[in-house]
Amino acid sequence: MLSHLFSSELSLRLVQALLTLTFTLVVLFWAQKKRINLFQEGLQALLRGLAQVVAIGSVLLLVFRGSIWGSILLLFFMILVASRVTARRIRRVEGSFAIAFLGIALGGGLVTFLMTWMGVIDSHPTSLVPVGSMIIANAMNTCSLALERLLSEVETQRSLIEAGLSLGVPAPKVIAPYLERALTASLIPRIDSLRSLGIVWIPGLMAGMILAGTSPVSSALYQFVVIAMIFSVSILSAFISARFLSVRLFSPAHQLLLLPPEKKPFSE
Amino acid sequence: MQTVFDIRNLTRVVDGEVLLDGISVSIKSGEILAVVGPSGSGKTSFLRLLNRLDEPTGGEVFFQGKDYRTIPTPFLRQKVGLVFQKPALFPGTVADNIRWGPSQRGEEMTNSQVESLLTQVGLVGFAERKIDNLSGGEAQRVALARTLANSPEILLLDEPTSALDEEKEREIERLLLTTIDQRRLTLVLVTHNLAQARRLATRVMVLNHGKITFLGPKEEALHVKPSFLQ
Repeated sequence: MLSHLFSSELSLRLVQALLTLTFTLVVLFWAQKKRINLFQEGLQALLRGLAQVVAIGSVLLLVFRGSIWGSILLLFFMILVASRVTARRIRRVEGSFAIAFLGIALGGGLVTFLMTWMGVIDSHPTSLVPVGSMIIANAMNTCSLALERLLSEVETQRSLIEAGLSLGVPAPKVIAPYLERALTASLIPRIDSLRSLGIVWIPGLMAGMILAGTSPVSSALYQFVVIAMIFSVSILSAFISARFLSVRLFSPAHQLLLLPPEKKPFSE
Repeated sequence: MQTVFDIRNLTRVVDGEVLLDGISVSIKSGEILAVVGPSGSGKTSFLRLLNRLDEPTGGEVFFQGKDYRTIPTPFLRQKVGLVFQKPALFPGTVADNIRWGPSQRGEEMTNSQVESLLTQVGLVGFAERKIDNLSGGEAQRVALARTLANSPEILLLDEPTSALDEEKEREIERLLLTTIDQRRLTLVLVTHNLAQARRLATRVMVLNHGKITFLGPKEEALHVKPSFLQ
């Protein structure tokens, strides 16, 4: 109905955004009346979200008009932000940013580069930036899960790890089962996504392509390409970052460097 | 007697807190040194430093005449076995635990070797028992057998009888003396029980606030006031 009233696409989208905003405000107001106290927080989040997507839309407008270097710079910026988010999960460990950055940049960067070089991802910014950002976001999620799980395993199994070390077993062997568990756990959401693809959910990229007029089969195949890429990136990123973390947790003399939460090296 | 550990001015400070302050002591081959002192006096820190689970922040430690920092840590830890106060056992059976150390180095222990170790610690027939079904005292013995499976030359025991009643305590003490004698081991025993130190040790070292306040033959330790250890 609205599309008949507006000839310009931008005007149409602005009116759509305003209508959606109004509807959401009505829902929030109704929720407030029902003592679900979310109005102020919800309003702030809505306006912030709007500002952020408009800002990234404007940046993308510039990037899409520029050379490939603009896209690479933008993706690098995304990697830095993603590394910061992941590093927070293991902030107790010295060098947490470097650990997260290596996992996300090496895993995500390697797969993005290889796929672009082979022509699976189009090197044009309109393709490279959205697909690259999906890869980075998923690398970030898997790294966060793997690192948090590994750190938590080491903290809860500290006495067993030290028992193993005290018997003269080198740190890489002692940590190996915990590393394996953390990696397996971090990849469960990715495996479940692959298993339920197309049955439980139709991913955003495929939905977007269908809405844009691409044939559903062609959209589905490209979606599979992206999901499979995300799967390999997740494995690589989680492995690299968790491996680096497992090295950073021990001294060269095979001593566990992570102090207990109360900051005492042992309890007597 | 040959000196196995020559410890000079050993110090460990963590976040400004002094855990051990200038400990100097020589440990001779075959002796039983009891380390006694109140909670927080640095007893456990001392054992952890000898096993090199922690790094000294000052001083030197010589193991069999060599600076122990120059010895590969896994090798040093095989030779200097540590049994913790609260035994942490790996999931599985008693035999799995005993085999664990050697198997990580690619050495397989036979069933009879496992049984022989279990006999030494008084747990005959326990090989296939799940570790969840062990009492505190039995778990402590499994931890001891697991350490002995490495054939250490020195045994570091941290309060091995702290969770046991008097009868079990005496039983473990007898077992320790027999094991030490059979295997010609050197023993460093941490305890807060001065009477136990006098029963087992050849020498006693008293620690307080990370410093040595007494070091001498057990006969002289009779003059150490028990109230000092509370």
